[in-house]
Amino acid sequence: MATKRVSGSEAVILSLLEEGVDTIWGYPGGAIMPIYDALYDYDQQVTHILTRHEQGAIHAAEGYARVTGKAGVCFATSGPGATNLITGLADAQIDSIPLVCITGQVASPLLGTDAFQESDVVGITMPVTKWNFQVTQAEEIPEAIAKAFHIATTGRPGPVLLDIAKDAQFAQFDFEYKKCTKIRSYLPEYPVDPFAVKDAAELIDAAKKPLLLFGHGVILGGAEAELKEFIEKTGIPAAWTLLGLSALPSDHPLNVGMLGMHGNYGPNIKTNEADLIIAVGMRFDDRVTGKVSAYAPNAKIIHLEIDPAEINKIIKADVAVLGNAKKSLRLLIDNVKPNKHEAWLNEFRECDKIEHEKVIDKDLYPTKPGLTMGEVVRIASEKTNGDAILVTDVGQQQMIASRYFKFKQSRSNVTSGGLGTMGYSLPAAMGAKIGRPDRTVFAMAGDGGFQMTIQELGTISQYGIDLKIIVLNNNFLGMVRQWQQLFFEKRYSFTELKNPDFVGIAKAYGLEAAKVTSRDQLADAIQKMLDHKGPYLLEVVVEKEDNVFPMVPAGASVSDILLEP
Amino acid sequence: MKQNYIITIFSENHIGLLSRITIVFTRRKINIDSLTVSESAIPGIFKFTIVINETKDRVEKVVGQLEKIVDVIKAFYNTEDEMIHQEIALYKVSTELLYESDKIEKIVRNSGARILEITREYIVIEKTGHKDETQQLFEELAPFGVMQFIRSGRIAITRSIIEKLSEFLKVRDSLLEQVD
Repeated sequence: MATKRVSGSEAVILSLLEEGVDTIWGYPGGAIMPIYDALYDYDQQVTHILTRHEQGAIHAAEGYARVTGKAGVCFATSGPGATNLITGLADAQIDSIPLVCITGQVASPLLGTDAFQESDVVGITMPVTKWNFQVTQAEEIPEAIAKAFHIATTGRPGPVLLDIAKDAQFAQFDFEYKKCTKIRSYLPEYPVDPFAVKDAAELIDAAKKPLLLFGHGVILGGAEAELKEFIEKTGIPAAWTLLGLSALPSDHPLNVGMLGMHGNYGPNIKTNEADLIIAVGMRFDDRVTGKVSAYAPNAKIIHLEIDPAEINKIIKADVAVLGNAKKSLRLLIDNVKPNKHEAWLNEFRECDKIEHEKVIDKDLYPTKPGLTMGEVVRIASEKTNGDAILVTDVGQQQMIASRYFKFKQSRSNVTSGGLGTMGYSLPAAMGAKIGRPDRTVFAMAGDGGFQMTIQELGTISQYGIDLKIIVLNNNFLGMVRQWQQLFFEKRYSFTELKNPDFVGIAKAYGLEAAKVTSRDQLADAIQKMLDHKGPYLLEVVVEKEDNVFPMVPAGASVSDILLEP
Repeated sequence: MKQNYIITIFSENHIGLLSRITIVFTRRKINIDSLTVSESAIPGIFKFTIVINETKDRVEKVVGQLEKIVDVIKAFYNTEDEMIHQEIALYKVSTELLYESDKIEKIVRNSGARILEITREYIVIEKTGHKDETQQLFEELAPFGVMQFIRSGRIAITRSIIEKLSEFLKVRDSLLEQVD
């Protein structure tokens, strides 16, 4: 490849183009101005979206990464620009989202001098990045960016951060780009061990009550087809973690629902009756396991996992199959015998009936006057035929939406799982829509979370990002209030909100908006929102003190799941 | 049950890596009792020797997290008796004491320590050994007055014939080839 003499800043843009980057989210400032100046000449090759806050930029990059499978890219300046990325980095780190973040830094002679807008970004971001690196010479840029993409997107993905000193952005050098494919100290994934697969297959063939649990690893590994083929061949019921949602179509007969604290009744109860748990690309989060010592007491555990540090971290595996879920499942499919577990599966259907009677029907088809979050989710889902992308925030609406929204395609559910980041949905939905402009994208938030990143309405308006925003307003920090009601004797300590006129705010930003307060307006209002070309905000006033059930109380076993208070 | 474990980490020599490594311990509120870092027998590869007092379960998990660090090549853990380990200690005592009686000389001789430097004012004694041995010498010298004392972090070597890392690197190379 011929070299070209360019500035460090131009090298950043050229390197990103070499990696196939089409969208950058960011916010300029002093220490990153040379890079923004270089970007000015490349506006035909790459889209830059100016958010209203760096947190908006990084969550948008996360949303983009979640729906496309590509690394999300964002820019921020030094100091406060960089520190505003921290929540997003921590979110991406715990949810394994590939991100490449580039921050400007003060010129290298000023490092460590408390210069204007200097902060130790490499130091601060170390615990929340898969890898980070400070660039002080322009010559380091192409190699650092190549490494960044390799590390962010391979193995168990995660966020990486490059901190580029301003003098390195200005310096001229001979640019040449070479993709990174191998790092001596970094093994992205283990090749699948055929002996481990054989051991796993023996357990699977012998099991009478097997249950498969799938997580984000199935989506990250592109193993959706293999998952479906595996369960169809073995007849094993499959339950999902919050981040595994949408990897298997909602209406698949072997899809038995969500695991964990606000998951479905069947998969929680049956976890403790199963004689075999096959965990695929999931990490036994405490919200999934409940009380670990009482978890799946009758089951052998098979753990298919790409990250060796997850094996035996929470739940001891009888058979661990290290490697990419797609490859592991493929080998497993070839090694297991066809089977059916009709009687076992029927037990899940029985549980489902009980849950419908006690919880679901009341949530989805309420008869009391106040609107439920469940009916809003149901109508939004029905009107888009399971083809929409759903981006949720954190709290009650997140759990309700995850329980009731229907999905046909993978990479359609975007939510902050591990970190539980309020304010995630609006910016992440911007990323999802830019990543998949062909799909309807819902941004769903409660009145609390929505106000944490409400300023991104400005970004949505400026770029005409066609989002369908649903604010479920109960004038409370609903999930915290629910816990206060159930576990703190209804002492509603600082959870009630006096809210602004959301419709007025949306309109002030130039968005169409409407507010619904009663059931007879709801379906039409959602239809009107969907028919509208362009971004639209719908505020739905829901029952103030509704609770999310079922619920595994904190510290209880999954089989102690409550269907009602 | 908690006991002393020696964690050995082989890594690239990259800026900031020490910080990334200590974060793994800090996050779990594990105190590091001893830490030494230097270049290993393989040029360019650095070796960290870290001593902590922990349960086996926690040590295993810490090692798993250490190996996730991109610049870490491999981490091992061993109990103390699985490795040969040493620390070095330096003691400064007044030269006058040496002339006053033969007690210091006897202590030095019996402990297998040696004298590194003698000036008019002080002598510097060097002793290598386990921590309890260097501590014992300190306590024996203390009544006479130790002007300064310093002990190094621990270094440790396995009882196997060759460096575990060289075997590991061979396997790693073939694994890196296998993964596309």
